Amino acid sequence: MIPTPDTSHVSYDTIYEPSEDSYLFLDTLSSSSESTWLRSRFTTPSPSPLLLEVGCGSGVVLAFLTANSTLILGRRDVLALATDVNSDACTATRETVTRAVEDRQQQEEEPTESVSRTGEGDEPKSVCLATVTGDLATPLRPGTVDVLLFNPPYVPTDDVPGLPPAAAATSPLGSVTIAELSKSDKFERDSYYLSLTYAGGRDGMEITDRFLDAIPESLDPIRGVAYVLLCAQNRPEEVKARIRGWGEGWRAETVGRSGMQAGWEKLVIVRIWRE
Amino acid sequence: MKLLTANFLVCAVKSCKGSPAAFPLHLRDVELELQDVDFQPEFIRNIIPRVDWDGLNQMANELNFTNIPQTKPEGETLRNEQVLRDLHRLLLETQVTEGKLICGNCGHEYTIKEGIPNFLLPSHLV
Repeated sequence: MIPTPDTSHVSYDTIYEPSEDSYLFLDTLSSSSESTWLRSRFTTPSPSPLLLEVGCGSGVVLAFLTANSTLILGRRDVLALATDVNSDACTATRETVTRAVEDRQQQEEEPTESVSRTGEGDEPKSVCLATVTGDLATPLRPGTVDVLLFNPPYVPTDDVPGLPPAAAATSPLGSVTIAELSKSDKFERDSYYLSLTYAGGRDGMEITDRFLDAIPESLDPIRGVAYVLLCAQNRPEEVKARIRGWGEGWRAETVGRSGMQAGWEKLVIVRIWRE
Repeated sequence: MKLLTANFLVCAVKSCKGSPAAFPLHLRDVELELQDVDFQPEFIRNIIPRVDWDGLNQMANELNFTNIPQTKPEGETLRNEQVLRDLHRLLLETQVTEGKLICGNCGHEYTIKEGIPNFLLPSHLV
């Protein structure tokens, strides 16, 4: 059993609390079939993989992948990067990833048969590069991301809330600090940020569609791979068919599933890559 | 934010994508902090191939780091411990805590505060 990264420092006033969907992500990435596939894609020697989680929230998914990189990717020399439109989430994720790497990589990770030791003393520690306040992968140089993760706002809603204003990350409310907010203003602010974590608009797909459209540009053209979580109302089969329709060797497969509802999986994780 | 991060960031404005002037972003008014990271030569060797070297050189020049090789290290140079140590210090140990990242194409300034750059755009640029 691999421990879940510590998120005790995270305040869930504006940040999504790790839930069933987050845990499905952890279970899927560390399943033997998925880690076997990933390890064969990122064999050494090759450049250090860049891991990016967009909409990182508490950072639990990225922290898990980074801290357990030997087990899941077969190497420690990985670079972790995250984005979220909520700057609170960026602060939280930086801490979650850094702590998880400290916790898990102080001692050796549980050795696995397929992982060979380098034999030249200590292995490197995985690196948390930065967390960036921003929308999906828009701040990233094209073609750089090796492993892209997204647990999106997937709940169908009438509307999608607008992105926070550019000034929100630096001065949330002009000259007023959060501590000075009235109870009702704080409630309104918290509700707004929480709505960003789940509200997916039409079919729950409005944000995910923007994410999918940017995948061919964001990923490393040779070895890049993306994982996205979908719920039944997102119509995962249609989403996969659409991705396969991109041509040029694009593939999409369900690699994780949880909960059955009227014969359908409630949540699935889809792996998107090129062959 | 570790300095290596800047090598992966571009202007988030759509019309700047693909413009050569939008990368690398220019660091201005920065406060830097050194943070100890164990020196791992193998890690640095695996990072080098994925760095945009012109972008790195430009950034290093702007910050007055002069001991970065002009061309991407290859072959023998990859076994030169001093070269690897200098890169380790610049890329992984140097943190930007405050400052700005400026796009050379549209001039937009992205603020870095408490180590976190803000790439949210004002509504007229989205």
